[in-house]
Amino acid sequence: MATITLDTVRKVYAGDVEAVKGVSIDIADGEFIVLVGPSGCGKSTLLRMVAGLEDITTGEIKIGDRLVNKVDPADRDIAMVFQNYALYPHMSVYNNLAYGLKNRGMAKDEIDRRVKEAARILEIGDYLDRKPRALSGGQRQRVAMGRAIVREPAAFLFDEPLSNLDAKLRVQMRVEIKRLQQSLGTTSVYVTHDQLEAMTLADRLVVLNGGNIEQIGAPIDVYDKPASTFVASFIGSPAMNLLNVKSNGSGLALEGSEGLSGANTKGKDKYIVGIRPEHLEVVDSPVDGDGINLEVNVDVLEPVGAESFVYASFPNGGPELVVRVSSHAHHEPGEKMYLKAAAKDVHFFDADSGRRVD
Amino acid sequence: MYKLKITDHLILLAGVFFMVAPVVLTFLTSTHDAITIYKGGVQFVPGDKFLENYETVLFQAGGFTKEVNGFVMLKNSMILGFGFAIGKIIISMLAAYAIVYFRFPFASFCFWIIFATLLLPLEVRILPSYEIVQSLGMVNTYSGLIVPLIASATGTFFFRQFFMSVPDELLEAARIDGAGPWKFFKDILVPLSKTMIAAIFIIMFVFGWNQYLWPTLITTDESLFTLVRGIKQILQVWVGAQIPDFNEAMALAILAMLPPVLIVVIFQSWFVKGLVESDK
Repeated sequence: MATITLDTVRKVYAGDVEAVKGVSIDIADGEFIVLVGPSGCGKSTLLRMVAGLEDITTGEIKIGDRLVNKVDPADRDIAMVFQNYALYPHMSVYNNLAYGLKNRGMAKDEIDRRVKEAARILEIGDYLDRKPRALSGGQRQRVAMGRAIVREPAAFLFDEPLSNLDAKLRVQMRVEIKRLQQSLGTTSVYVTHDQLEAMTLADRLVVLNGGNIEQIGAPIDVYDKPASTFVASFIGSPAMNLLNVKSNGSGLALEGSEGLSGANTKGKDKYIVGIRPEHLEVVDSPVDGDGINLEVNVDVLEPVGAESFVYASFPNGGPELVVRVSSHAHHEPGEKMYLKAAAKDVHFFDADSGRRVD
Repeated sequence: MYKLKITDHLILLAGVFFMVAPVVLTFLTSTHDAITIYKGGVQFVPGDKFLENYETVLFQAGGFTKEVNGFVMLKNSMILGFGFAIGKIIISMLAAYAIVYFRFPFASFCFWIIFATLLLPLEVRILPSYEIVQSLGMVNTYSGLIVPLIASATGTFFFRQFFMSVPDELLEAARIDGAGPWKFFKDILVPLSKTMIAAIFIIMFVFGWNQYLWPTLITTDESLFTLVRGIKQILQVWVGAQIPDFNEAMALAILAMLPPVLIVVIFQSWFVKGLVESDK
C-alpha cells in the first residue's frame, strides 16, 4: 500500500509525438483513481509509465517515497491487469497465479497459501487446474485479477480490464472490482474510455484530453461542475447540450437561430452554454425568467425504459438538443416543445478557450 | 453435401497409384536376389529373399573398406537428421527471438540479410563452405557434417512470424511477474511454440535426412556414410563380373524411407496444428 506521485510527467515518442504533456497527480494511499478520456488522450501511456513498461521522457514518478523512474516493472511493487488478460495460455490457472511469486523465489507453501486465498476471494477455486483457453471471458478476467492480488502489491494498475466483456458481465465485474478494492484497500489506478465505468468506480476522476489533464475531482464534482466543454461533453450520457450563444442587450440569444432566450448573468459577449438533458424541463407555454428558455421542434423520441430522450432542433436549424423526459410522456415528431432550465443548472463556458466561467 | 461421384474416386485412386506404386515396386523388388532382378528387371511379385536381403544390408559390412554396414549408416543418418533438425530449431529460434524482442541497431536489416539467404541454396556456396570446414579440420566429423548446415533462414522466418503474433501484453505481464529475457523465452515462448517446433522439426528432419551433396563432400571416411550415400555406394561396386546388388540397393532405399515416414506419421497431428492454428 502506498501513495503514487506523478510530477510533470511527459512522454515524447520518436518523431516528436508528445503523448503526455506534463501531468501531475497525487494519489493518496488506498485511493481508487480512474484515468478517463478518448482514445489517444495518453491515459494508457500514463498508466504504462507508472507500471514501468514505458520510459519516462521527463518528470518523476514516485511509488511511496521511492523514485521509480529507472526501476524495473518487476521491482516497482505493482500489479497490472490487462485488457486482453494476458494470461499465459500454456499454464494452468494455478501456475498463472503462481508464476510471478515463483520468479521472486517465494517459498512453495506461501505461494500455495496466497493462490488459494486469491482463488477463494475471486471464486475461481474450482478451475485452478484448467488452462485459460477452457475459461469464459469473465472467468479469465477473474484469473487476471487473481494474478494481481496474489502479489499483494503496493498498487493495482488496470488497463481497460472490462472492455472485452459483454455488457451484462461488465456491470457485474465493475461492481466486483469496486468491492474488491474497498475490501483490500489497495491504491488503484484504472484506465478506461467508458465514462460510466469511470463515474461508478472512481474515488477521484482524472479526465485527460490530448495528453493534458482537463480536470481532476470526485466523479460527482466533475459531473456537476465540468471545468471545460470537453469534460462537459465527455462525462454524462447522453452528453451535455452545448449551445453557442451571444449577448443581445441584457439577455442571451442563440447564434444563427431563434428559439432561445435567457439572462446574461456573466457580462460577456459570447459563451458556450451547457445544459444537461435532465435539467431541461418541459413546460406548456413559453416562460420568461432567469435561466434559459427554449423553443424547439421534436425530431425523434427515444424510449429507453426508465426514461425517454427527445432529440429536438431549433426552428432555423442550429445545434441538436437532447432532453430527458419521463418514460410515459408523449411527444410527436414535428411537435413544438417549450423548455426551461433553472439558472443554477446552466453552465457557462468561454467561447474561445472552452473553459468554465463561474 | 457434395455427393462423391465415381470419377472422384478414379482421380483419387490414380493419385494413390502414382504415389505408392514406386514404393511398392521397390519393396517387392527388394525381396528377390540380384540375378533375378538383373535378368527380369523390376519385380511385381514378392520374392523369397526378404529376410536375407535386409539382414545383409543391415548387418553385413560392405563398401570399399568393408567396415560399414547398413546399421552404421542408419545411425549416421539419424545423427545427421536429428542434429540438423534440432540445431536448426535452436539457432533459428534464438535468431528470431533476438530479431523480434530486442532493439538493436540494424535489426530489420539483419533480418532481411538472413531472409535473403533463402535465395541462396547450399549448392551455390558449397565451395567456400567446404573450404572453411576443411580448414577447420572438421572433414570426416559429425560436427562438420551438421554445423555448417544448421543456420536456417526458413526456420528463422517462421519463428519470427510466430513470435510477432504473440501479444505484447504477454511479454509485459511476464516483465511485471519478474521474468527476465531468458525466463520469458524459456517459460513462455518455448512452450507456446511447441506445435511450431514440431512442424519445423519434421520438415527439417526430412530435409536433413535426405541431404546428399554435403555428406558426399564432407565424409570420405566410410564409417561416417549416411544411408542416402550408401545406396549409391552399393550400386557403384563394379568389380570384375560382379552384378550390382540391386536387391540390396532397393532394400536400403526402403530402410532409408522408413524413419522420415515414421517421424511424419508420429508428429502428423502436431504438424498440422503448427501450420494452421495457434494456441495463444
